[in-house]
Order: sequence, then C-alpha cells, then structure tokens
Amino acid sequence: MIHSLFLINCSGDIFLEKHWKSVVSQSVCDYFFEAQEKAADVENVPPVISTPHHYLISIYRDKLFFVSVIQTEVPPLFVIEFLHRVADTFQDYFGECSEAAIKDNVVIVYELLEEMLDNGFPLATESNILKELIKPPTILRSVVNSITGSSNVGDTLPTGQLSNIPWRRAGVKYTNNEAYFDVIEEIDAIIDKSGSTVFAEIQGVIDACIKLSGMPDLSLSFMNPRLLDDVSFHPCIRFKRWESERVLSFIPPDGNFRLISYRVSSQNLVAIPVYVKHSISFKENSSCGRFDITIGPKQNMGKTIEGITVTVHMPKVVLNMNLTPTQGSYTFDPVTKVLTWDVGKITPQKLPSLKGLVNLQSGAPKPEENPSLNIQFKIQQLAISGLKVNRLDMYGEKYKPFKGVKYVTKAGKFQVRT
Amino acid sequence: MTVGKDVSALFPDVVNCMQTDNLELKKLVYLYLMNYAKSQPDMAIMAVNTFVKDCEDPNPLIRALAVRTMGCIRVDKITEYLCEPLRKCLKDEDPYVRKTAAVCVAKLHDINAQLVEDQGFLDTLKDLISDSNPMVVANAAAALSEIAESHPSSNLLDLNPQSINKLLTALNECTEWGQIFILDCLANYTPKDDREAQSICERVTPRLSHANSAVVLSAVKVLMKFMEMLSKDLDYYGTLLKKLAPPLVTLLSAEPELQYVALRNINLIVQKRPEILKHEMKVFFVKYNDPIYVKLEKLDIMIRLASQANIAQVLAELKEYATEVDVDFVRKAVRAIGRCAIKVEQSAERCVSTLLDLIQTKVNYVVQEAIVVIKDIFRKYPNKYESVIATLCENLDSLDEPEARAAMIWIVGEYAERIDNADELLESFLEGFHDESTQVQLQLLTAIVKLFLKKPTETQELVQQVLSLATQDSDNPDLRDRGYIYWRLLSTDPVAAKEVVLAEKPLISEETDLIEPTLLDELICYIGTLASVYHKPPSAFVEGGRGVVHKSLPPRTASNESTESPETAPAGAPPGEQPDVIPAQGDLLGDLLNLDLGPPVSGPPLATSSVQMGAVDLLGGGLDSLMGDEPEGIGGTNFVAPTTAAAPANLGAPIGSGLSDLFDLTSGVGTLSGSYVAPKAVWLPAMKAKGLEISGTFTRQVASISMDLQLTNKALQVMTDFAIQFNRNSFGLAPAAPLQVHAPLSPNQTVEISLPLSTVGSVMKMEPLNNLQVAVKNNIDVFYFRTLYPLHILFVEDGKMGESLCTEPFLGGPEEPRGLLLTCGTPLFPLPDCTLQNQCFRVDGLTLLASRALVTGLTAGVWAASIFGPHPAGCDSCPLCFPSHLCQAQLCTPHSPIGSHSPPPTPFLPERSPRDEHFLPRPLFPLQLSLKCRAPEVSQHVYQAYETILKN
Repeated sequence: MIHSLFLINCSGDIFLEKHWKSVVSQSVCDYFFEAQEKAADVENVPPVISTPHHYLISIYRDKLFFVSVIQTEVPPLFVIEFLHRVADTFQDYFGECSEAAIKDNVVIVYELLEEMLDNGFPLATESNILKELIKPPTILRSVVNSITGSSNVGDTLPTGQLSNIPWRRAGVKYTNNEAYFDVIEEIDAIIDKSGSTVFAEIQGVIDACIKLSGMPDLSLSFMNPRLLDDVSFHPCIRFKRWESERVLSFIPPDGNFRLISYRVSSQNLVAIPVYVKHSISFKENSSCGRFDITIGPKQNMGKTIEGITVTVHMPKVVLNMNLTPTQGSYTFDPVTKVLTWDVGKITPQKLPSLKGLVNLQSGAPKPEENPSLNIQFKIQQLAISGLKVNRLDMYGEKYKPFKGVKYVTKAGKFQVRT
Repeated sequence: MTVGKDVSALFPDVVNCMQTDNLELKKLVYLYLMNYAKSQPDMAIMAVNTFVKDCEDPNPLIRALAVRTMGCIRVDKITEYLCEPLRKCLKDEDPYVRKTAAVCVAKLHDINAQLVEDQGFLDTLKDLISDSNPMVVANAAAALSEIAESHPSSNLLDLNPQSINKLLTALNECTEWGQIFILDCLANYTPKDDREAQSICERVTPRLSHANSAVVLSAVKVLMKFMEMLSKDLDYYGTLLKKLAPPLVTLLSAEPELQYVALRNINLIVQKRPEILKHEMKVFFVKYNDPIYVKLEKLDIMIRLASQANIAQVLAELKEYATEVDVDFVRKAVRAIGRCAIKVEQSAERCVSTLLDLIQTKVNYVVQEAIVVIKDIFRKYPNKYESVIATLCENLDSLDEPEARAAMIWIVGEYAERIDNADELLESFLEGFHDESTQVQLQLLTAIVKLFLKKPTETQELVQQVLSLATQDSDNPDLRDRGYIYWRLLSTDPVAAKEVVLAEKPLISEETDLIEPTLLDELICYIGTLASVYHKPPSAFVEGGRGVVHKSLPPRTASNESTESPETAPAGAPPGEQPDVIPAQGDLLGDLLNLDLGPPVSGPPLATSSVQMGAVDLLGGGLDSLMGDEPEGIGGTNFVAPTTAAAPANLGAPIGSGLSDLFDLTSGVGTLSGSYVAPKAVWLPAMKAKGLEISGTFTRQVASISMDLQLTNKALQVMTDFAIQFNRNSFGLAPAAPLQVHAPLSPNQTVEISLPLSTVGSVMKMEPLNNLQVAVKNNIDVFYFRTLYPLHILFVEDGKMGESLCTEPFLGGPEEPRGLLLTCGTPLFPLPDCTLQNQCFRVDGLTLLASRALVTGLTAGVWAASIFGPHPAGCDSCPLCFPSHLCQAQLCTPHSPIGSHSPPPTPFLPERSPRDEHFLPRPLFPLQLSLKCRAPEVSQHVYQAYETILKN
C-alpha cells in the first residue's frame, strides 16, 4: 500500500512529505530526479520508476509532482487514481493546487492526508465526507475560530461514511432547490494533411450541480440513450436500472460532481465542426519559409464557433515569425517555439487567416517535419453527438426543484497534421 | 510539517495536551506522536493511558482515531498494551470503528507478526469478512491480503463459495477503494467449474462502468482470468468479449499516467486475446503531444493489432510518425514498419516502398534504422525485394551506427553475386577494420567469406586479408575463433565450406517480441499490478522474492469442452506450424547462423555444456538445492494423487476382524489385475522449466513398475535430447531403460512415455520415505523436480505374510508387547508403554480402538508394516493415505534389529482425550476410508468401498 508521499515543485524542491508507515528517507527521491533529468520534458517523466527497495509512482499536476513511494505489489492505477484524488481535494479546498496554497494551509493539508489514507488504505476520499470532517478554510471561519477558539475539525462521525450512500451527507437544506446538468463534449480528432479524418471520437461528460434538500431520488432520461454504449458512472448511479431501462437513476451527492462520462466513437457520428486550410513550406537553402493558414466552419449545426485558438509547435530551427492575422492576435515564443493565434469567433463572411514569413536559422538544414496544428474551439448550446436530455424526475421529496441543462461542445485533443 | 526542525524535545509537553476535548488539537497531538514516538520510546508509554481511554470514548470518531493512531506508533514496548483496546474495537458496535480496527491489525502485523498471531487477531479478521457492513468487509479483505502477502503459505484468504458470495455482495455496496481490494481478492479464487466462473463474471461485469480506472482494471483482471474457464462456444463468452473492449478504450482518455499503466496492461491483453480490441486500432493512434512513454506503448500495441484488414491505415500512420521530432520515437516507428512487413505478408511490398521513401529523406537516423529493418525483411522474404539493394548501397557512407553498418554488410555479403562492386564495397569497410565494433567486424568477416565462396577468382586477396586481420591482429577471441574456423573450412574442403556458409537460412518469425505463453498466462493473473507494468512475474523483481506465490490461470473445465485442450489456448503460437522458423535474433553477435547451421535445421543451437556430459551426473548440484527447499512448497505442488483416491492404493485392503483374515484379504486384493493408478499430476510446471511441462504417475503391472510420463512443450522452440535420472532413494528405484523420446518435441506438442523402473538402484533413506528426486535434461537445460510415489507400486503381488512375522519382529511377542509406531521415514523404534490387548494398542495411556497391523512384502527384501489407528492429528482423512498420513506405516528390513534406533524426540501422539469425537464411530463415507469406524460390523462395508474404488 502507499507508504509515503512527496510533493515536489518544478525546481526540484521537496516541499512536503507525509509518511503513513515507517519513515522513508527523502533520498529515495533522487531516483525520481534522475529520471526527471533523463526526460527532456517534465511531462515525459515515466509514471512508474523502480528503485532498489521501493517503487515510485508519480503524477504531474498543475506544475507539481506528486510522488508516492510504495514497497509491495500494489496496483499502480490505484495509486495514480488516489494521487489525482489528493490533487482534486487540494483544488477543492484551496481553490488551486499550487505550492503556495499548500504551504499556506499546511496544517489542513496534513489533516486531510491523514484522513484520506490510513496505513496506505484510502479512508475517506469523497469530498462531501472530508468537508464534514475538516471544514475548508474561509476568511469568515478563520476569524470566528480565532475569536471563539473552535476549530476547523468536525467532531462527529460523518453520517455518509458508513451508509449505503457514502457520497451524500444527511440533513442537507436549501432554500432554493436547484439541479443543473452540464453536458460537455470534447472532440478528439486527428485530421491529416488532405483534410480527411484519420481518427475522431467524442469524450463526453455530464457534470452536475445539485443543491437539493433532503434525500432526493432523481432519474434522468435521454431522448436518444442508445448513443451511450461506453459509459463510466459515478457510484451513485443504479446500474441495473440503466441496463434495463436506459434511465439514470440515482440519489445525488450534494454539490458539484461528475455524473457520467461517456465515449462516442462511431466515425459517422462524430461531426468535425471546423476545417483548416494550410500551407507551410520551408525553402531549400534559404533562411525563410511561408506560413499560411485559414480556418473555416464545417458541420457546425448552425451554431457559432467561438473561442478559437490555434497552437503550433514550430521546428527548432525557426528563429522568428512575421505574420499578419486578419482577425485576432498572435504571439510567437522564440524560446519554446510555440506560436499561439487567438482567433475568437468565426464569421462565415470573412474567414480568419494568418499569413506571413518564417525566419529560419541560417545555414541549418530545412526542417524535415511539418508542425501539427492544435486547435481549440467552443460551441455553446450544442452537444455534437446529438445527445439530448429528455426529462428529470424527482422522487422522495415534496418540493419542486428548479432544473436546467446546458450543452457545450469543445475541442479536446484536436490536431491537424500539415 | 515542522519545516525540517527536530521538535522531539517538546515530547512531554505535547503528550500533556493529549487529553483535550478539542478534536483538532487531539489530531495534531496524535500526528506529533506518530512522528516522534520512535525517537522517545520511553516517553511514549505515557501516551498509552490516553489511548486506552480514548478507545472507550462514546464518540466513535474518537475511538476510531485512537485505534488508528495506535497502530502507527511503531514502538515495541507500546504494542503489547494496545492488544486489549484493539480487541475491543474489532468487536465495536460501530462499523466505522470496526473497519478502522481491521486495518490496525495489518499495521500491527507489520510491526510484530508473532504477537498478532498469538493474540488470535487473524481469526477475528477472518470473521470480519462476513461482517454486515460492506466497508468493514472490504477493509478486512484488504488487511488480510496485505498480511497474506508477507506470509504466502499462511493460506489466510481461504476462499470458498460462501465467502465469495459475501465478497460479491459487499462489492456492490462499498466504496471504490474497497471494490479494488475485493476484486483483487476475487482474482485469487479459482472457481470450481465454469458455471461458478460465469456467475462471478456476471456479477463483476457492472464494475467495468465504474469511473475509477483502478476498479475497471481490477475487474478486467477477474474477467480475463475466469474467462479462461468458460467455453468458447458459450454465448456468454462472446458477450463478455464485447463488453471488455469499451472500458479498456475509455482508460485511454484519462490522464497520461493512467494511460501508460492501462497501455502496458492492454499490451498483455492484446497478446492473450487479440479479438477483444481488433476493431479499436484507431484509438491507439499517437497524438503529437502525448508523453513519449505513452507514444512508445501505443506504437507497440498498434503493431500487435496490425492485420491485413487495417494494415493500410497503420502504415500511413507509421509513415507520419517517421517524420516526427522525437528521435527515439521515429526510430521505433521505422522499426515498426519492418515488423508490419514481417507480420502481414500481404503488406510487405508496401512496407518496403514506404521504407524506401523514408530512405529518400536522407535523415541520417531514419536511413540507418530503415536499413536495419530491411535486413530483417530480406531474412523473411528472401529473393523478393533485392531490387532495392542499389538504393541501399547509395547510403553506405552515411551509416555510422554499428547496427546499421553490420546490417548493410550482411546484405552485401548475402547478395554478393548481384552487386557488381561488392568486393569494393566490402574492401572500403575493411580499411578501418580495427576501429569497428565487434558486431561489425564479425559481420564483415562472414560477408567476405561469403563473397569469396561466390566469386572465388576475384576476391582471394581480400579473404586472406580479412582472415589475417581477424586471426592475427585481433584481441577478440570470438572474432579470432570465427576467423580460424573459416580459415580451416576453406583450406580443407571448400565445397563443405560452401555448404556450411551458404546454407539456406531459417526464416525469422513474427513472434520474436511475443511474451512466452507460460509467462503471459502468469502475467494475465497480475493485470493491474506492478508486474503487468514491468511485464515480469513478481518473483523477478519483488524484493527478496518474499511472499511470491506463482499464480496461474485456471484450467478450462472439461464439462462441455471436449474439442479444445487447454494447451492450445495461448494466442499467437501456431501449433506445429513452420517448424523451421526460429525467433529472430536481435543482435547479430549471437547470430552464428551463417556459420553453423547445416540443413535441415531442427532448432536453435542452445545446448548447454551439460549436454555433452550426458546422463553422467545430472544430479550433481541441482538436487542439493532442491532438498533445501521447504517441504510444504514441494509437497503442495507436486504431490500426485488426491489423498482420498490414493487410499486404496497403498493399503492392501486391511479389513477383517482378525489378523489372519486380514492377510488373506491382502493377498486377494493384491492379485487383482492392474493395481490402482493415480491420475496424472503436474510434476514440473512449464514455468519452472523453460516451457517443458512434465506430468505423470506411477503404475504397477504384474511384477513391473513403470513411470508414465507426459511431456508437453510449452515453449516456442523445439526440444530434443531428453534424458532422465533419479537420485538415490529409499527403495532403490531407478530407470530400467533410457528415456525414449523419438521425435523432437515441437512447440505445443505432447508426448506420452512409459518409463520402466527397477528397484536395483542404490539406496538412501529419503524424507519422506517415498520421496523421489528426478532430473530431466533436454537441449535447453537440466531441470529438477521431486515427487512422491505411492508405496503400493512396490508391493509384490504375492506379498502374503504370516501373522507370526507380524507379531514377532514388529510387535515383540505377547509376553513383552511393544507397539512399533513410527512416523513415516523415521526409523523404527519401540514405544515404551504400549500394550497389546485384543489388537488394541495402548500408547501413552491412550487406547487406539480397533487398531490393526498389516505387514506386506515389499520389493527388494523390505517389509512394511502398517499399523492403523486413529490419526494423531484427528483429521478426517484416512490414516493410510499418502503422503501426510503415512505416519503409521513402518519400514524395516529383517536384518536391522528392532530397537536399535533411538526414539525421535517428537511425541507420536498428541495429548488427546479418548472421548474425543474423532474416536467415536461415525457414519461411513465411501471415499474417506476412515479407520475410526472399523468396528467388525462396519468393516464389511469398508471392504466394499475399497473394491469399488479399485474397480473404478
């Protein structure tokens, strides 16, 4: 099971350590630093590293490394999942998961870690339960605490901890009862040079924000549930009901949570909302090249495509770029060689384009590879897979909740090869 | 937390704060204690009182907190004081406290294992498995698994259908982490038949839709393992296959770290059951901003999934990758193109043209990598793509890596007759001969010799030059030896040299990079663990090899599975196909194929030096280490027959009210034609013997003993040159003829052999008595195993003995009755206060009701007496069953006087009251030939039971 946890920042300082069993010396992290050195990029540090006596399993989140030390055979996914959960909890408590936030709240961090893991076994990882045990820091509470001498630590056993629905706390009360669902779909796609789709799929999630009093029992039904054949559920969902009736039936946790995530991969269902015309060329034996890209809408179901950003990792030999956008603004970082073009909205009358010259290092051979374009965009009020919520029913409570559904489609890992 | 400052000096003050009502303060004090108790063990005692008090607090949160903290204080002095509170907490009314206490047992076990066992906490923990609260069940399962890991033999998690049912019920209700523990527990269980396996699978399947990827992967593990037991014709099998694909693909949309672990596991799954993901090729396409470790894994899986149907897409992708920035990745992509060509024959042409396109880019490392793979393609499809040689030769000068140079030289040598200026090309390499790496030097030597044999007239000078360089100026023994061999070959018989050097080479196969089927099967059992990330069994890397139990997939049950044998299950190894295909050697160094493979090739030259020694002394050192093994380990895995079934085998039906009846009966049964034969058991698992699996049994057929062996080749290579030898043993068993395996054993083939045995070998007393140590040799290695043979194979058919013989040497006569009760293998000794009354022995004041003595003639002038009575351990099985219950059977020769041996120090019978339930008559169960019910009126039934078993 998980032995110890080290938090390491980008400059390689171990700024927090926690041991759940016997103490493991900090020097074990040297193996990690060694691997980090070998990997050119911080993102390329292998997640599982073996050392003579331990195994290091790490994740990279928000410019921090969470490195856990284990000694016996433990499922690595279990450790990785847990580390992500720790990071999520910090995010949830402090608003950000950064070195500064963790250092400011070091006592709460230790209390949290102690609550989350016991002897390497996860204890309480549900945010609802943790918040009952240890109240998140707020300015008001710290003022009250310093006056009254009370503490952030809850002194009763969280009710949800042992019930059949550990995710929900009892005695929830709201004056306005609301239930909101966000259907968010991300398109992952690889488009090849000629514009045809090599690979495309939709990663969808339904995030819920439920503020309902008591113990509501919800059931959410879809217009076209057959779209969902590959789904992962929050533990609250009754699997049998889904299997037989294709209805999501659940007693929700209180607050924000991810209800389901799903994947739609059938090629014909994945519409690609934008196209890119590109021509990037480098001349032989000369220190310049041409760069020209244009973006246009395609299969956008009549909605506006907004928030478009194009990111390009240019080859190493590129020194500078001299471009003119017809719309938006661009930046080129000569150190990381990243070109970012913030386009904004597409207006079909005048398609946005970015043209200009590329300055190359003189004397260097022309780059072999053409850069891939990474595209971000957003379409409001549309789930590109066509998924539609039919209705939400509530049982078990008398009041009438306010209900709402929002749809958003975004680009996930959307790449255009040139 | 203390910013690196040592604050242990404040210990007394902090401990004083412990008895506070402020929970936050209490928690912080506890945190302090955990960190500093070890440095101040004496002071830590002060905290004990508060812990004990807190364990009785009305607030369950505080009780749980106390018991949790207690376990984390790793001070020996304290641990003893904590047992009482812990015991109370394990039985607490609040499940939250119980579940915390369950984990505490694991903590305590880590600190002091003995204490935990003595205090009986393990049993309490086992009881918690059937707790009403699912969280408690999950934590108990987790704690037990952790303890079991450090004690592999303890059999703590003794799973039976009832406990499995409880776990499955808890599975639906506990938290995600609990589900992981329970699923991992389930994976260790072996269902008794396919129906049970199916019902478990059905209940586990919903976990595949869990949001936690660790739960998903653990569920996949359980399903992959139990699927092995399901028949492929079953509808459910197909459904399950379909259900497995989506969750695996979903794992790939998670964070890169999760993706990596998932990909490593998918790699195994794809090898075991390629059908699951065969339509999902596209999800493995690489995105340019994937971390490198994810990219490389995806590439590997892409090749494994490549087939004729999708090869066009795969090649297009690979070509795209070959122009990426990352050098390592590009190289691997180029190599992958070559692997595709070898794997999918129809695509070879397209692959070659893709490679040529890449060579045209003139990017140095791409060209070099392409040449290396083209060499492999030539090996697979000789005389097909030689037209590209010209293009390759153009790039000769740009090659600077040894592997690429060696590959190029190989190509030039191999196709010397088609390259006009081959001699010039090779000569150009020769100039810097001494600066080349060994790999290149060896290759150059071989290539020039080939060239000479093909064009002898023009190249005589060249070959002499290279031979003198290799033999005279080189320090490298490999190179020198190879040089001399060529020299001698060429000088003595050029025709023979031609036959040897230009012999037709075996083709390389696509299976090079497949994991061996036996290892793969083992790894499938470890899906989701570190072993699956490293693709090594835990024994290969877990520190100290502690707690490693080999796991294996459950065998497919025979109920509705007649057509397919379990051996054919491993994927990717076509049985008996292409016998002349050998695995491609990655490095040319080991590749002496140019040199020493005369046709026809039967297998790779892997023979070790022991082959020459033949059967002289195979047993040399190996058996000593074998003997040092823990007995239970061997006994557990290798023992032949199920105890109950073996019962009639080794006793000659010793029933009847008097001794004389008994002996008559014995002879009667003994002469039945063909004695009992135990079913074949696996003696040497393939995992331990580089793919050779041996199972077998012993038989006795009218005056001759034989050992029936079944050899199965589960490796990827052909096995030949089998030999067998026994170590000295108690009855002088030895093979009467050499082991005859006529044809080489090709992969996945099985051969049955009956090896006649004699009892004229040298004798040495073994422990236990019927222990036999065997060495088996083949072309790969020598393997040792040990087995227990049933004693009945030694019984002679006419082994009739008089009552007197029995009473005299063994029992000492009526005036001075002595019981000669011995444990198996220990020398015969008299028990001091044993009296013989009506065939009842009194041993240490205990009456062994209705005991019997049976004396049987054994081969080689050995007599055996079996004295029956209640089994000392009071177990349900027959006292005569082998091996553990041989304890009452004796062995002595007429020549060794009784009583000359000193009694062993251990008492034969444990203290036990005669009223003990085991002494009471109980209903007869046909297979448990319990002698406790040997009352005269029952004996007739016992005899009938023996008869039925003998007949069946």
